[in-house]
Amino acid sequence: MTANPMSAATPSASPDPAAYVRLARVTKKFGDFTAVDEVSLDIRRGEIFCLLGGSGSGKTTLLRMLAGFERPSAGSVYIDGVDMSAIPPYERPVNMMFQSYALFPHMSVEKNVAFGLEQEGLGRDAIRRQVGEILDIVKMGGYGARKPHQLSGGQRQRVALARALVKRPKLLLLDEPLAALDKKLREHTQFELLNIQQRLGVTFIVVTHDQEEAMTLGQRLGVMNHGKIVQVGTPSDIYESPASRFVADFIGSVNMFEGRVSEEGTGFVRIECGELGCAVRAERAVACGHGTTVWTAIRPEKINISRRPPAAGAAGAENAVRGTVREIAYMGDMSIYLVQIDSGKMLRVTLPNITRGGERPLAREEGVWLSWHGSSPVVLTE
Amino acid sequence: MRLTQRSGQRLVAGIPTLWLLVLFLIPFVIVFRISFSEVRLAIPPYTPLLSWHHGAPHLEVHWSAYSFLFTDQLYISSYLYSLKVAAVSTLCCLLIGYPMAYAIAHSGSAVRPVLLMLIVLPFWTSFLLRVYAWIGLLNNNGVINNVLLYLGVIHHPLALMQTDFAVYIGIVYSYLPFMILPLYANLEKHDVTLLEAAADLGARPWRAFWRITVPQSLPGIAAGCLLVFIPAVGEYVIPTLLGRTDQLMIGRVLSDEFFENRDWPVASAVAILMLLVLVVPIMWFQRLERRELEAAK
Repeated sequence: MTANPMSAATPSASPDPAAYVRLARVTKKFGDFTAVDEVSLDIRRGEIFCLLGGSGSGKTTLLRMLAGFERPSAGSVYIDGVDMSAIPPYERPVNMMFQSYALFPHMSVEKNVAFGLEQEGLGRDAIRRQVGEILDIVKMGGYGARKPHQLSGGQRQRVALARALVKRPKLLLLDEPLAALDKKLREHTQFELLNIQQRLGVTFIVVTHDQEEAMTLGQRLGVMNHGKIVQVGTPSDIYESPASRFVADFIGSVNMFEGRVSEEGTGFVRIECGELGCAVRAERAVACGHGTTVWTAIRPEKINISRRPPAAGAAGAENAVRGTVREIAYMGDMSIYLVQIDSGKMLRVTLPNITRGGERPLAREEGVWLSWHGSSPVVLTE
Repeated sequence: MRLTQRSGQRLVAGIPTLWLLVLFLIPFVIVFRISFSEVRLAIPPYTPLLSWHHGAPHLEVHWSAYSFLFTDQLYISSYLYSLKVAAVSTLCCLLIGYPMAYAIAHSGSAVRPVLLMLIVLPFWTSFLLRVYAWIGLLNNNGVINNVLLYLGVIHHPLALMQTDFAVYIGIVYSYLPFMILPLYANLEKHDVTLLEAAADLGARPWRAFWRITVPQSLPGIAAGCLLVFIPAVGEYVIPTLLGRTDQLMIGRVLSDEFFENRDWPVASAVAILMLLVLVVPIMWFQRLERRELEAAK
């Protein structure tokens, strides 16, 4: 027997030893409203995990439970194997960057950042040194004496980040960290956040409603809807293999058709789609019986558009429909085409504008053929 | 004639300006002018500032009223006593009012209007009546003494009336709403996430209160303290009805000079000096407000 008494004593009884943050069937109710509904989730040490969801999906409540501002109605929150239920926010090894930044308006930048260290009873010199270091990391070195109202939005965001990082937390919670920044600044800050996270080795949990932000920041995403986590996975998992119609629709745009399984082969299914006016052959093994109602989802960029029907035997030849271009939106790097297929349904197709000028572009009301590869459709059962 | 926007603006600004001019500035100038005269038995009972001697104007400025204030110990001690009473009362109002304002600001949206109503409710009864009511409570055979005697806590009635204590009770009771309301208006605006941020950074609730809530409520504290302190310095009714007879407050001295002694110049000098004493806290408050306005930008 080599049973380790220490591991038996750990309260989390964790099957995943890498789990740094663990939510075990966490529920939060506000009166009759269930904000978070039996969420179980493991977050690994050092990763960037994004909670993605619309407003009211419960993502912020989940974050607030991790910070300690809300207590779960049921279930437990473990951080580093310790049950956080009875631990108030000021004793948790967690810091948070607030959506509104919550900088103390009556204190200078330096004082704001020093606040957390002062609570630890650190000496004056140590505080000054650490504040200086972290302000340099977020490139706010020269702004120590300013008050928050004298800073721009991007600068405030940096100060808020410095204030949350100065105590060197193992876990940093970020509530919509980039929401208040304009688009250019966002992109820049996004990469800087990643950079800082890697340098300091902090575990990030980011809450956002912006899928683009979630995809670029997060190593893994958790998509939330109505208080539940509906899918957890890497950004490409979630984009390419959504688990449900909600996820497929929430992340990116998608063309979705309801249909019925008409044939099940090895490695493919054939789906009869009334909306499409033809059958779809999807190279996916789907665990569903003959005749089940399913939904086929195809991303706009995975649809080919051409003036002639695809040659027999060419890629995508088995999935081709005819339609008419109704709208064209030129976005510069790509164009969006709304194509009405013969069944009357409108499909969204995007094509990158690879050449400059070049061949005659498609025009409105032009007849076209849409086709896609058999591996492109995702078959969803819920 | 149609009122243009500009003339409308002038009208709106003009009415209060006229009001202040007629009811504050002109009386102030009159009092100021009287303070530089001397008493005489005439109507009006003071020397004119400007007189005509042999066809030439003659300016007659007397400093005697002011110098008199510093020769008689009565005035200095009354000023100091008034300032002390006002300061102690203001402090008591702050200590009682802050927790009350804080509780109201943090109460549920259903109770809050009720609590605010209760703060304002005493104004429905005349101030004078409420001070008289305190006589009934504090008297030797008043409610407080009777209850204590009945309970056997004391065997002789406590001398509560005509004491500093009675004045403090009267002033704190009467002016408490003026402390609570501005404090409430300030505390109610506070952003809760700042306290959450403080807790997140490791501050226990009390420390967060001291470091975040108190500094941010300074403009409310200043407004409340001024609203209590300034009228308390010149308070006349409360010390007259409840207070000591051996030590007068400056408001009482002022009225005695006017109505008992009929020494208008000295009374005016007392009033002008009181104004000067009060200008300091008012300026301090305006500086604080300016700072807050800058921060809010």
